[in-house]
Amino acid sequence: MPDLLFEAGMEEIPARMIAAAEKELTDRIVAMLGRERLLVDSHEVHSYSTPRRLAVQVSGVLERQPDVTERMTGPASSVAFKDEKPTPAAQAFAKKAGVPVEALEKTATPKGDYVSATVTHRGRPAIEVLGDRLAAELAAIYWPKNMYWRAHKPERFVRPVRWIVAMLDHDVISVEFAGVRAGKQTFGHRILNGTQPVVIDHPDDYVGALEAAKVTADVALRRHRIRKALDQETRGIPGARWREDTALVETVTHLTEWPSVVMGTFDREYLALPEEVLVTVMRDHQKYFAVENPQGRLEPYFLAVLNTHPEESGVETIRHGNERVLRARFNDARFFWNVDQKVTLEVRVEMLKSVTFHKELGSYWDKTQANLRIARGLADTLSERGVPLDREALIKAVGCARTDLTTELVKEFTELQGIVGGLYARAQGLGETVAQAIYWQYSPAAVEDPIPPTVEGQVLGLADRIQTMVAMFGIGLEPTGSKDPFALRRAANAIVKILAESGLPLTISDLLCAVPSEGGPEIREKLLAFFRERLEFYLRDVRGFAYDVVNAVLAAGCEDVRDAIARAEALAAVRGSEDLAAISAAFKRIKNILRQATEKGIAAGATVQSNLLQEPAEQALCAEAEKLAPVVEDLRRRGEYRHALERIATLRPHVDLFFDKVMVMVVDEIVRRNRLALIAQVLSGFSSIADFSELVSAS
Amino acid sequence: MTPNPSLTYQELLLRLQNFWAERGCVLAQPYDVEVGAGTMSPDTFLRVLGPDPIAIAYTQPSRRPADGRYGENPNRLYKHTQLQVILKPPPADIQEIYLDSLEAIGIRLREHDIKFEEDNWEWPVGGAWGVGWQVMLDGLEITQFTYFQQCGGMDLDPISGEITYGLERIAAFLQDVDSIYDIVWARDPKSGRAITYREVRLQEELQLSVYNFEAADISKLWEHLRLYEAECQALLDEFRARFSPKAEKSAERHVKIHDRLVHADATPPRDEDLREALQRFPVLGAYELCLKCSHLFNLLDARGAISVTERVAVMARIRNMVVGVAKAYAAQRLGAQQQEMGAA
Repeated sequence: MPDLLFEAGMEEIPARMIAAAEKELTDRIVAMLGRERLLVDSHEVHSYSTPRRLAVQVSGVLERQPDVTERMTGPASSVAFKDEKPTPAAQAFAKKAGVPVEALEKTATPKGDYVSATVTHRGRPAIEVLGDRLAAELAAIYWPKNMYWRAHKPERFVRPVRWIVAMLDHDVISVEFAGVRAGKQTFGHRILNGTQPVVIDHPDDYVGALEAAKVTADVALRRHRIRKALDQETRGIPGARWREDTALVETVTHLTEWPSVVMGTFDREYLALPEEVLVTVMRDHQKYFAVENPQGRLEPYFLAVLNTHPEESGVETIRHGNERVLRARFNDARFFWNVDQKVTLEVRVEMLKSVTFHKELGSYWDKTQANLRIARGLADTLSERGVPLDREALIKAVGCARTDLTTELVKEFTELQGIVGGLYARAQGLGETVAQAIYWQYSPAAVEDPIPPTVEGQVLGLADRIQTMVAMFGIGLEPTGSKDPFALRRAANAIVKILAESGLPLTISDLLCAVPSEGGPEIREKLLAFFRERLEFYLRDVRGFAYDVVNAVLAAGCEDVRDAIARAEALAAVRGSEDLAAISAAFKRIKNILRQATEKGIAAGATVQSNLLQEPAEQALCAEAEKLAPVVEDLRRRGEYRHALERIATLRPHVDLFFDKVMVMVVDEIVRRNRLALIAQVLSGFSSIADFSELVSAS
Repeated sequence: MTPNPSLTYQELLLRLQNFWAERGCVLAQPYDVEVGAGTMSPDTFLRVLGPDPIAIAYTQPSRRPADGRYGENPNRLYKHTQLQVILKPPPADIQEIYLDSLEAIGIRLREHDIKFEEDNWEWPVGGAWGVGWQVMLDGLEITQFTYFQQCGGMDLDPISGEITYGLERIAAFLQDVDSIYDIVWARDPKSGRAITYREVRLQEELQLSVYNFEAADISKLWEHLRLYEAECQALLDEFRARFSPKAEKSAERHVKIHDRLVHADATPPRDEDLREALQRFPVLGAYELCLKCSHLFNLLDARGAISVTERVAVMARIRNMVVGVAKAYAAQRLGAQQQEMGAA
């Protein structure tokens, strides 16, 4: 059974796009082979990619599509034949089916006899089908950014396609894309193998032929070799190890075809610069791995991943070149650090007047003033609630938080904003509390990031973000669909996470109340709904609660994040019990009855009148509910949600009996009103922890 | 490092120019109006428009007032020099030719690590962008390689390949010096005495840093900006009045789809005199005025004289002019081409 090889060779593909493109091309080709009935069940698929190529190899492709036999049904027999003679209708059908009229058969159907024909579609040779299909699969790959390259030609692709290999065993498949005709020739390493083509004799030879031409086509193998080479190089320094960085390993894997590693050194004196700066220069700007000692402290070495195995003298040249570049970068960083110290953060506050926050919302100075008001308010609330907090440090931190935007170091290394401010605050003697708060202000940026470690840092993070959100919502900039240019979802996620994990006794409402005179009730409603969504996301995706538990809990209140979590935990723990499932079903029923009553304009009584309760079952439910309600309420107030829920579950026999024996919607209006009042009271009395009617039963 | 018979700065320049001349490039001289990058020279910014093929190479001193460091920083300059190569359409082996050019300046590629890393270019003020790479040599960015896609807000067809060498960086790398100022610019053929970059350029870096950051008269800079802008705008207004927005619009459409030019439905002026007037119109003069404005803007920026709100507004004004010029230029080229076709 033949093997297929398809390789598209192109100018260097951006590293960040390669993995997805390799997968997409592979999926597309396999799906296409499946659609074309060219795949056997035992087929095997291998895919490859380097900066200059995407390739797919499939073994187990059929030589030709199997013939397909199909029964076509034509006109009714009575129409097709008159006096046993074929009519024009029969002839037309036979022509359409491609069979002689004599070959027409009769098929009995429930609607009567019809003529039919057995038609065999001959399968086409795989090589022809592939010739028709492969170019379209290549062209369809999604790229985040495309380009034109040939004059007056419409094709757009990530980079110019320079060669194509398309083979079925030893035969070339006729494929053309962007003026490039497929053949058996691929190309090896740009420098080490040059422009000499590498001829592939059979798909099985692909990997080996490229390996000989200094290209490791398999991504996993290249990654493995890079990791081993990093280990190997680091071994020369006793006790040292390279700092693990999965994302960087991926990047360099997709930047190289024939990787090797060199270790370089830098002057120890640069270790006086903060580690954050050194690592950013090495990782983000130079794509070097940092080297650390067993205590995790940086050592004055770096590892560069090369796209070549240089000849002997080359190793020294390349090491020297990389060291030279890093030295210049570190010098720059040190220069900026020293220049920046000439103007302290506190003096820089004024300079924020010329840094725009948003054109309608003013400068970062304006924002800082607003942040300060909020932070003071939150500090008051927290001290009333007995949370110890260094108020002076908090105010100083909020005041200086964004001043690092005016520093040279942040202009050069924007990814270090906040961190640089924290480091400068420490260097300028503003105190550890201030420094920590500023340092951590952008954390958590992603859900997996930690929250700021100090109360002052947490309050700074909350104040800054809630200010931004209220201000942005106030001028109609709330996120819509996938558009969130000001990352307000991220800001709200961070607020939820800080509230959830800090232990601060603050609710979303507390935060909104701390923002003075901004927005109106309408904005407040929008923000509350927005936060509810984010809390839902947090409970479901970060904490892993089932969606119905989340819905049930949030329906009973969503402004207190920590409380919502506690209620969700309690509900998740007891939701499996049969009694609770029954309660949930009963509450759904109550809700339906009440809803239907409202729709019909039937009012419930305002309160339950016990003298109107006729049936023992309704008397019992009422008595039990009245007895239980204060107990549950007391437990709820003390946050003992699990106990409270367990007590609510004890209501089950009474509820069951009630619905078994008692009809709510009776004709007698007075009785009906009273029974509606009773079930409404049960529902509202026991739904303050969670709305059980939201729970989805396991069955 | 191997003992390097490394090139002087001027030899580097000569070698690269020779290399590209041998591959069919016209060697242009540096443009004599201040520009912030080689791309802004009309030899790039305007010539990439329209269908006429080009192969051109030139060095371009590029001024970035805010980058000045009074000659004190070993890696940063107010005015650095680029070697710019524009090939329209780009040949299929443009990367291989580029790599050959590195060999031509003494870089033995087998002894180095070369990577093409994604780096896209854009100049929002010019409505221009392209995709491409920064070329990394042993961890040092030595070249920006761009396939121009749009210019003046118009899709390009054919597109151009642009190769921009950072000459000071490459020279410092070749000569293995840590400071730009230690680069040997030239060597006296008789005495062998080295003349350094410091001797040639330090004074200029120092004095122009002082001028840019301290001495330039802010109110006069604003005044210059206003005058240049007014003149440029007047020219553009006149262009529009005389040649109708129709010419521009049709050019805009046809810059992209060359094949349709032959069947252009909205043709530029038919009248013979008007056609000639279109070709005579000083669009290039208007472009120089744009460049003046852009440089003045950079100076004001370096002086810290532009508030954030002004910044956005002034940039929008300059963009307006630059894009207007690009469209006028495209219309002019379209007119010229149709004239040629008519003649043929």
